[in-house]
Amino acid sequence: MTQTAKLSFPHPPSRPGVTPDFSYLKIPKAGTLAVPDVKMSVEDAAPYAHGLIRVLDGKGKAVGPWAKYLGDTGSAEILRRGLRDMLMMRAIDKRLQIAQRQGKTSFYIQCTGEEAIGCGFARMLSKGDMNFPTYRQQSLLVGSDYPLELMIGQVYSNSMDPLKGRQLPVLHSSREYGYFTVSGNLGTQYVQAVGWAMAAALMKDDGIAAGWIGDGATASNDFHGALLTASVYKPPVILNVVNNQWAISSCTGFAGGGKATYAERGLGYGIPSIRVDGNDYLAVLAASKWAIDRARGGDGPILIEWLTYRAAAHSSSDDPSVYRSKREAAAWPLGDPVERLKTHLILKDAWSQERHVQAEAEVLDEVRTVQKEVESHGTFVDPRPMPPADILRDVYAEMPEHLRRQRQQMGS
Amino acid sequence: MPSMTMIEAIRSAMDIMLERDNRTVIYGEDVGYFGGVFRCTAGLQEKYGQERVFDTPINESAIVGMAIGMAAHGMRPCVEMQFADYMFPAFDQISQEAARIRHRSNGDFTCPIVIRMPTGGGIFGGQTHSQSPEALFTHVAGLKVVQPSNPYDAKGLLISAMEDTDPVIFLEPKRLYNGPFGGDHSGQAIGWKQHPKGKAPAGHYRVPLGKANISRPGNDVTVLAYGTMVHVAEAAVKACGIDAEIIDLRTLLPLDLETIVTSVKKTGRCVVLHEATRTSGFGAELIAEVQEACFYHLEAPIVRVTGWDAPYPHAQEWDYFPGPERVTKALQQTLEA
Repeated sequence: MTQTAKLSFPHPPSRPGVTPDFSYLKIPKAGTLAVPDVKMSVEDAAPYAHGLIRVLDGKGKAVGPWAKYLGDTGSAEILRRGLRDMLMMRAIDKRLQIAQRQGKTSFYIQCTGEEAIGCGFARMLSKGDMNFPTYRQQSLLVGSDYPLELMIGQVYSNSMDPLKGRQLPVLHSSREYGYFTVSGNLGTQYVQAVGWAMAAALMKDDGIAAGWIGDGATASNDFHGALLTASVYKPPVILNVVNNQWAISSCTGFAGGGKATYAERGLGYGIPSIRVDGNDYLAVLAASKWAIDRARGGDGPILIEWLTYRAAAHSSSDDPSVYRSKREAAAWPLGDPVERLKTHLILKDAWSQERHVQAEAEVLDEVRTVQKEVESHGTFVDPRPMPPADILRDVYAEMPEHLRRQRQQMGS
Repeated sequence: MPSMTMIEAIRSAMDIMLERDNRTVIYGEDVGYFGGVFRCTAGLQEKYGQERVFDTPINESAIVGMAIGMAAHGMRPCVEMQFADYMFPAFDQISQEAARIRHRSNGDFTCPIVIRMPTGGGIFGGQTHSQSPEALFTHVAGLKVVQPSNPYDAKGLLISAMEDTDPVIFLEPKRLYNGPFGGDHSGQAIGWKQHPKGKAPAGHYRVPLGKANISRPGNDVTVLAYGTMVHVAEAAVKACGIDAEIIDLRTLLPLDLETIVTSVKKTGRCVVLHEATRTSGFGAELIAEVQEACFYHLEAPIVRVTGWDAPYPHAQEWDYFPGPERVTKALQQTLEA
């Protein structure tokens, strides 16, 4: 008998020169899913793990139960602030990506196309909550009003860098702003988020933790360890999966395997899970509010799959034109988060094209001004050396003898 | 002072820290209700409740990863790897996360955790219940690595480790759990009751991290050892009558180089012992440091006695284990050189 088994290899939505095809995604209409009780059990979660929570329809109108659920949280004022957050994020990414190309810093990672998720989620958190981000969640910092000079200083690794040049650009850290030190390897933060949330429950404070992971890194062991431990101990943790379709050059199929959504993986662990249009700022606010209320209320962990698209390169070291069509971002069925929110606000008469252009110019100017100031403290092309002995500080609380000897050898 | 086995001493340290510091939590596989496969946590869940002492799924990476998150939030987790051999799935969390949290966040987050694990052979555990992975940890900047050789030190060092603000790897030589090791596996097992270090105060005390102990003063040769090998060295020295100075390192990282160097400068000779495989073992580090600091005082090449560079065998355990005969031979070789 001849062997008939054949291996399957996932196909990306496109390759260079090939017309993008996103037909593997079924995009339901906006406004079709009801708002479940925050105590939703895993048995009732299947439609939310398989479907898609969306608020903005194709014309930019807010429709359906999740739009109503937003209430005042969806006010024009709040949405304009959200739009400004996203424009700010985009301006930061743009300016720092250029700075990297100018040789002023070694590396940069943009989050283009994914701004709504972090900008919106952070606005729903409270002081004392802690994110465990990946390298592409800088939008959480913008949504938390993290000082721009610290954010840019970290990327320039100069004396304005709160991390003293120790970390690769974008691997920010700020306890005060609820942003756990980013590792740079993948997946490890996810189970740490569970630990933080367990501590919050044990210490009986009011905080919650939010773990973040990309679709690619859901393949890592710690993704499964986190879902497992979250399902066992039921701490107040939100496990976010940012499904942006690409892991450098590998399409999402290499982590996703079959037809199940990432949210459906949560169901397998007994964790209520929902899937949300991550390019719809209103859906982001509504789902975040719902999930955060649930976690804080003691109803256990929740998984959110944010459906989005990585519109930029993986990093400044990556050139996506060699592995995917340049037309892919334009073909992405959920559009661009900035454009969609802008359209919605204009439709509501709460915004205009003129104001938008003005706002873009304003944030760019703000970023430029801060950037200039930070650059005056040194860049890679105009280095202002920091004391080498700093390398040896904070390895331990107190510097042990062998590090003292090494500091002497260093001559500082 | 009450007599204690190593297991009782370790349990007593955790009991005291659970009592004194409500940030302390203790967990691991079979650690809660059952009290651990080696019984180190027996009775602690009953005494302190399951929010302080609990069982976990079989996922070492999650055990350590959760501890990192808890510690960052202000708790003091002391977790157990059921065997040191099982820590490998957690190595990412230990070496790239726990060890670096303080440094990479510029002190904004810290990682005061203790990871306990039974190490070494001597119980016919085969290749996955006998290994000594200490050199993998001492190679990681940001960790502290401790290995006691007796109940008194075990309790005092574990209390120090649990009070420390940096991550500590606490290696427990499982061959010593229930009694000191005479070096002769076929001889009669002896208990800790007869051993001077088998007594420890019932209450709180510390043995400082980073300080070695001269377990036998001597003049002719310095023996550097830790854990079970301290007992092997003592047995060998007793049998051959060589006036060796045996240094029980107790903490491998940070290393008490001062005590080592003072001794080697006095004796002019040095033998390094460990149970772990030889190549790139911790002995290589010890020899490098000793020769750099003591080269002009050395009368003979430094010799090391270690496990063979092969997986730890099951049936041939005692052919693998660096026992007293091999240690004696090395001592004689060093003295005759």
